[in-house]
Amino acid sequence: MSDAAKGVPGHRGYHDIGGLAEGPVAQTEHVLEPWEKRVDALRVLLGDNKRQILRADGLRHAIETMGEDLYLELTYYERWMAAIIKVLVERGLMNETEIRDRMSAIQARLDIPPARTRPWPRIESP
Amino acid sequence: MSRALQVGEAVTVDARYPDGHIRTPYYIRGKTGVVCAAMGEFPDPEVAAANGRTDAMRALYRVRFLQRDTWADYAGSDHDTIDIEIYAHWLTPIEEAAQ
Repeated sequence: MSDAAKGVPGHRGYHDIGGLAEGPVAQTEHVLEPWEKRVDALRVLLGDNKRQILRADGLRHAIETMGEDLYLELTYYERWMAAIIKVLVERGLMNETEIRDRMSAIQARLDIPPARTRPWPRIESP
Repeated sequence: MSRALQVGEAVTVDARYPDGHIRTPYYIRGKTGVVCAAMGEFPDPEVAAANGRTDAMRALYRVRFLQRDTWADYAGSDHDTIDIEIYAHWLTPIEEAAQ
């Protein structure tokens, strides 16, 4: 019998922090960036009845298995974007080369120096 | 557990700690509360999370716990409560748990 089946307190997800001492919660509204709204819209479209690629449960699964280090490094919608990329690559709908090439093209078009962009999130498959 | 739970019934949350996407908060596992509403049936989020989708339906209940039972160092009123929505397969009626 495993420890989990015996009920020994064991696995606690790094996201499951209810009751832990984390200091006061910031209660001010923050304005969403346009890209954050776009990530939200992408997730809704990926989960609609037509596509059924990534619903809320699958998004949570991807976020909760990306690893604690990456989870803590990324902001809220960066986690969503990393989760979307992970699922699209796992499902064979896009590959990392296509995504990188597209990011490079957009950086060039918008004249964003590469140094200002975040490193590509490394997501290990479970 | 398979039978429907009744409003007012005392239930204990399983003290299980599996991997994967779990909707039952860590801090409430092993605690005992009272069913205060039946919310209906929904696709099992644990299966849906791992597989992307599921047809398996689970009954969801709103369960009320005393704050003093939930937090070891709770300093508020003894009557303060917290409601948490928990799927049926995490809940055991206390009379069945005692058998």
